[in-house]
Amino acid sequence: MTTLAGVAGAPLATVNRRLVAGGTFILFGLIDIVLGYFAHKGDATFALSLPTASVHVPSIHAPAAVICYVLGAASVALGTWRATVDPSRRVRRLSIAVVLLFFVISLLLWADAGSTIPINLVNLLQNTLTGSIPLILGALAGCVCERSGVINIAIEGQLLLGAFTAAVVASVSSLWLGLISGSLSGGLIGFLLAVFAIKYFADQIILGVVLNVLALGLTNYLYDSILVNHQNLNAGNTFSVVKIPVLGDIPVIGPIFFNSNIFLYLTYAAIIVVQIGLFSTRWGLRVRAVGEHPTAADTVGIRVLGTRYSNVIMGGLLAGIGGAYLTVGSVGTFSPDMSSGLGYIALAAMIFGRWTPLGATAAALLFGFTEALGNILGSINVPIPTYILAMFPYVATIFAVAGLGGRVRAPAADGQPYIKA
Amino acid sequence: MSEPPPSVTTQESPEAPRRPQPMERAGQTGRAVINSIVEGSPAVVTFLAIVAALFLGALLIAFTNDAVLHAWGQFFSNPGNAFAQAWDAVFAAYRAMFDGAIVSPATVAAAFHGGSVGAIFYPISQTLSDATPLILTGLSVAIAFRAGLFNIGAAGQWIGGAIVAGYLGFAVSLPPVIHVIVCLLGGIAGGAVVGWVPGELKARTGAHEVIVTIMLNYVMYNLLSYLLGTPKALQAPGQSNLISPNIAANAQLPHVGGPPPAVDAGFLVALAAAVAVGWLLNRSTIGFQFRTVGANPSAARSAGISVERAWVLVMAIAGALAGLSGASVIQGSAVHAITFNSYGTYGFDGITVALLGRAKPWGVVLAAILFGALHAGGTTMQAATSVPTDISQVIQGLIVLFVAAPPLIRVIFRLRHAQAGSMEAVAKGWNG
Repeated sequence: MTTLAGVAGAPLATVNRRLVAGGTFILFGLIDIVLGYFAHKGDATFALSLPTASVHVPSIHAPAAVICYVLGAASVALGTWRATVDPSRRVRRLSIAVVLLFFVISLLLWADAGSTIPINLVNLLQNTLTGSIPLILGALAGCVCERSGVINIAIEGQLLLGAFTAAVVASVSSLWLGLISGSLSGGLIGFLLAVFAIKYFADQIILGVVLNVLALGLTNYLYDSILVNHQNLNAGNTFSVVKIPVLGDIPVIGPIFFNSNIFLYLTYAAIIVVQIGLFSTRWGLRVRAVGEHPTAADTVGIRVLGTRYSNVIMGGLLAGIGGAYLTVGSVGTFSPDMSSGLGYIALAAMIFGRWTPLGATAAALLFGFTEALGNILGSINVPIPTYILAMFPYVATIFAVAGLGGRVRAPAADGQPYIKA
Repeated sequence: MSEPPPSVTTQESPEAPRRPQPMERAGQTGRAVINSIVEGSPAVVTFLAIVAALFLGALLIAFTNDAVLHAWGQFFSNPGNAFAQAWDAVFAAYRAMFDGAIVSPATVAAAFHGGSVGAIFYPISQTLSDATPLILTGLSVAIAFRAGLFNIGAAGQWIGGAIVAGYLGFAVSLPPVIHVIVCLLGGIAGGAVVGWVPGELKARTGAHEVIVTIMLNYVMYNLLSYLLGTPKALQAPGQSNLISPNIAANAQLPHVGGPPPAVDAGFLVALAAAVAVGWLLNRSTIGFQFRTVGANPSAARSAGISVERAWVLVMAIAGALAGLSGASVIQGSAVHAITFNSYGTYGFDGITVALLGRAKPWGVVLAAILFGALHAGGTTMQAATSVPTDISQVIQGLIVLFVAAPPLIRVIFRLRHAQAGSMEAVAKGWNG
């Protein structure tokens, strides 16, 4: 269908996309209006500072129903406009973001209408960011790895082993050594992936799944046979919060972005380094050449296999940091299967972000946000059952991938072993 | 695994005219066997992979055992004791595993002294029971592989099947045989719907099936918990836990061959499914289309095959198989109710089973029996030696890791290089 629609059926496909996108926008607008109908219970309150904050920012009181109606009408209008014209890519994406934002605002207004408990926006965004740390690092690991042409499904295993090693090492030595060893153990899985994929030509998707099974089995086994009987090896030390001097004092923004532990700052650094590295340096150009057309890269003298080895291992080191976050950056103690599928979600974020670091980060944040939103809505007694709320991020991802994301294209040589002729 | 080594026939065919003498023929067969061993045919590679995995598993058992570690701490004063302790720990664990999975010498001895003969077969029956759901989820993943799709969603499809089969099991009352069949069909339908979604989405919008199936797994985990916590849906009356009522006796799969061996008819259902999948893939037009789409979608499209239709259909069938797996567990002899975690690891084990079985129906059956043996043996081992049962998961992963990389096994065991990779590329990259 890719080829057919791309060549012969292009106009038809555009019309279809226009109608589908417009229809979806209108649907969201109608939902906003329905939410408004059920929000005639009073004002909604949004708090903009944490209870512990020194400088108190006044909360916002908003007439819930009216705003829902306005946002819904705006979405419907946007949908009608979208169904008739075919704007540029940038505008298309912007319009999707606007409609989703309107929907989220309506949802929050409806949820808090007439309630005495305010929704704390700072808390919501803080949870979004910290919850996204392992996802962002995992997705970046995937980008680094797959841009060089090796599929990395083993992110889940890298997170899990990283979490385990970090917890154990931090218990017997220092937190920093825990972080470093967590990263190294992620790198170890990366190394296994590299050797089997590059040297022994094993099928990379299979390999990733198997490495995940191995990491799960190994950590479960070591937990049951050692950690259960030796609690001192799973002591639960965590990094403390470091507030960045000036930036951390800015109201609203400070507590969200600049008042967390080292992992959030490492994540910022990783996003910047990977984005600039892959798209603005000679190294990145070479990596992408190896991932798209290894033969051509080889012809001009780029070391294909060497690049792949180093990238797969670097990806592992990154994902290992994300794993370390799960223990020494968050809850402290290791528990079996504690990554619980985050690596697979990071993988989805990477694909949804079209193999670009910024796209993957945005997708990971979207996921983190829906998760945090679900938790907040659950805590203010919204009349939606907890389990249905918990489905929200996953259903949203399916809709995003199917409806709004469209077709994605991986690096051309992703998953294919390079055999020098 | 199930294939005969291809090198044998090609080597013998050129010299056919003279009828070989019996001795000569025996010599030829012998040579063919040796060739297939030194060249590492798929069966040999699989066997050696199991050996290598058991060896690494043994190291893990030995070096997480306190007594062994203590003995190795005094290695220089008493080296013999270090090795003896390690050997004892490993031998005890693997013997318990063998006892629990295949046959326990103690029950055989007891049978001679008036004990129960049925008890001899108990471990085997346990192995086959544990293998039953794995055969079905393995087939689910395998058939999708053959059409070039990676079904990570067997867990969610399993839940879909279990929900429908379980609900039909306790909510309606039907005569004996009919009730069993209705529930099994319900499981098939429930799984098929969950499997159909990613296929339809891929065909219509190009959404990658790996993402959609992963997400659907989480949707189904939460849906199951929601339904089990809702009194009018699946929750057992008067319960506050997440558990359904027991299914009616009429809906339970009957036992095969007397009470002590606990094999129920689910195993036969799984074997029948393997036959059906084998027929579908190798003998039917649809199966041919699946394989063509899996081998080369562009060529399939040029040949007039609707690739999209094949995707939708194969995912629905894959879902149906995983759903049947769910039904077989809920209606099986061990469990009669659905709980919030009864999906266990069947879905993900299905992936390793399909890989080890090289996505061929009989390969899947054998691989599932092997993993069933590791599960059944692991449980006995944990009870007897306190080695955690998770070791079977590690061994399972190692086996598939080695099987996925035949060149590595050749290097370790110094086999001659014969064909290129003996594992067909069953999974494809993102660009499919």
